[in-house]
Amino acid sequence: MTDRNRFTRRGLGRAAVGAALLGAPLPLRFASAQSAPANLKVGLLLPMSGAQALIGQACKRGADIANDVFAELKLPVKLDIVTYDTETKPDVARTQAEKAVEAGCNALVGAFDSGQTIAIAQVAEQKGVPLIVNIAAAPPITESGYKFIVRNFPTAPMLLTSAFEMQKEIFKASGVTPKTAVLLSINDTFGSAMMGGIKAMFPKFDMPYQIVETISYDAAAKDLSVEVAKAKATKADMLMPICRLNDAKLMVQEMVKQRWEPMMINPGTPGMYEEDFIKTMGKYGEYTVSIQPWLNPKSPMTVIVDKYHGAKFPKDQIDIDAGFTFEAMLIAAHAWLDAKSTKPDALMDALRKTKIDDHVMVGGPIQFDAKGQNVNIKGAVLQNLQRKVQVVLPADAAEAKLVFPQPGWGDKRRT
Amino acid sequence: MTADFLLALSQAITKGLLTGMVYGLMALGLSVIFGVMRVVNFAHGEMMMIGMYLAWAAFDALQISPMLSLPLIALLFFGAGYLLQRSLIQPFINRPEHQQFLLLLAVATLIANGCLAIAGPDSRTIQLDSQFDSYELGPLVLDAVRVHAAVVALLIAALLWLFFTHTRTGKAIRAAADNHMGALVVGLDVRRLYAVTFGIGAACVGAAGALMITVIPVTPFLAGDYTLLAFVIVIVGGLGSMTGALLGGLLIGVSEAVAGLLGDPALKSMFSFGLLIVVLLLRPQGLLGRKEQR
Repeated sequence: MTDRNRFTRRGLGRAAVGAALLGAPLPLRFASAQSAPANLKVGLLLPMSGAQALIGQACKRGADIANDVFAELKLPVKLDIVTYDTETKPDVARTQAEKAVEAGCNALVGAFDSGQTIAIAQVAEQKGVPLIVNIAAAPPITESGYKFIVRNFPTAPMLLTSAFEMQKEIFKASGVTPKTAVLLSINDTFGSAMMGGIKAMFPKFDMPYQIVETISYDAAAKDLSVEVAKAKATKADMLMPICRLNDAKLMVQEMVKQRWEPMMINPGTPGMYEEDFIKTMGKYGEYTVSIQPWLNPKSPMTVIVDKYHGAKFPKDQIDIDAGFTFEAMLIAAHAWLDAKSTKPDALMDALRKTKIDDHVMVGGPIQFDAKGQNVNIKGAVLQNLQRKVQVVLPADAAEAKLVFPQPGWGDKRRT
Repeated sequence: MTADFLLALSQAITKGLLTGMVYGLMALGLSVIFGVMRVVNFAHGEMMMIGMYLAWAAFDALQISPMLSLPLIALLFFGAGYLLQRSLIQPFINRPEHQQFLLLLAVATLIANGCLAIAGPDSRTIQLDSQFDSYELGPLVLDAVRVHAAVVALLIAALLWLFFTHTRTGKAIRAAADNHMGALVVGLDVRRLYAVTFGIGAACVGAAGALMITVIPVTPFLAGDYTLLAFVIVIVGGLGSMTGALLGGLLIGVSEAVAGLLGDPALKSMFSFGLLIVVLLLRPQGLLGRKEQR
């Protein structure tokens, strides 16, 4: 007893180190936590190659900054994020998800595309591993009775509800209302879900225009000249594209060539707000209007995320893909903190009870309903202005003034 | 039938003809190689993809327009094709067809994976001012890039025709294609002629790649589609017939464009394959092909 309590030089040294650690500034302590072993192994499934490669890489950037942001937020958690490439193919997504589970991932995150996400969801359900959907809008993902899925992204009907409501806001703010519209849509899982949703929901919203035609095109289309010509022939006042990145570029390129200048509102699909679109299309990518869930510039967490994203990826602009993928990691981190376990059932239980008030995307707290869907996500009207995506509506979140209809392709305002 | 519809139809046919010219040039290489050597080049789409990447690299690094880099790319492809034939394909000339098939399939796989390793999976595109330009011809609006590409494709096809009909080497190649034994008997260096032919076929497909990059972006995954498309074109036009390849290209270009206008654009490529089945049923040798003697 006496020996144990004896005051020695070694004991003094240990006490000094302990005291120094306890008294150390918080960042030092969190830096130490960051170098500690990870708490949760997350399998991140994304299309890192193939047609959606650029989007997959944008999503990954959101995951890449997650641990740094957690450290700054003093969130005592570290994720071991392992990326698996789905190659933009549902069958590969499935085998990669199986590989991730076999490699010991405690949770899966993915996969941007609805078709690939459905394939992963089946694996998650079979193996009993939680899947946090970062981006994917097809309703069946949370309507198929899966028990191991939560989705922090709007369903196609949610996107459309927001799109229709915000369109009315655009018409009101600009004083210009189209009488007719044409839909030009990609025919993949997401596009088909959006088209189906628009047809089903359009009558309920009492919109001031009629949809005169819907035209679909192959997801692997390398040329949209015929599709654009067909849309132009309808003489509709407004075009609503349901697209992704590559086809969005082809579409605008064809519209310029065919000198077609309708009003254009992207009703909640990717492509036109993406950095590569803005960079590649130059002046022709300006003034494009998209209605999207987006990062809330007023949220303090968005500022931190933006800071780390800018520092780590100075050439890339943060966008919805990185934003929602970061939030998926935030959800995983909170689930682990709440569950205090990596066991699937405990994690899933914690996910179902999730309530995160402070986050980065526009909308209320991150919370999931009984089906695993976050119903609190809201949309914003975005416009490409001065080579940057800017929120123009709702007014309380607006960074710039809406310009609608868009100036013609030859207009001097396009520089 | 309304005036608007007729205009849209004319627009689609014109666009189809312009695209079809580039398709035709791409298929021309395949047809020339088969017509002379009786070897089916299963790496055709992959070779075109390399042409696209080279044109993209020249533009990206040095701002050289694909129209200007095209002659150099064609020359490079001629040399590479010549060497490939002498070193790799010549030993397989008299071997069973399935061995030739596997050899070229292996070459195709190597090229596709090489491109993936070097250029990565992202799609690469070039941004020319003319890509947003168009010409007005009465009520028709013609895509400037397609017009340029079609004119160059037509020019190359004309040069090729002149080569095969007005030069000694061209005539010798045709003689070797018509009668292999006869060509050997009169002392023609058939091995060299085959290598020149493969070089010419490769040059055509390299040039087509340089033109194609102005119309569509390149990824390492598009080669298979274009190998298949080239096969459809030459089978419709007649395998081994140069004019047939051009005609096939025009027919496929127009059928895709018109089918997209009249029906569901998502199903437009279905019509190319429908046309292929009809031709195979009614005229197996293709529209301008010669019937094989049994």
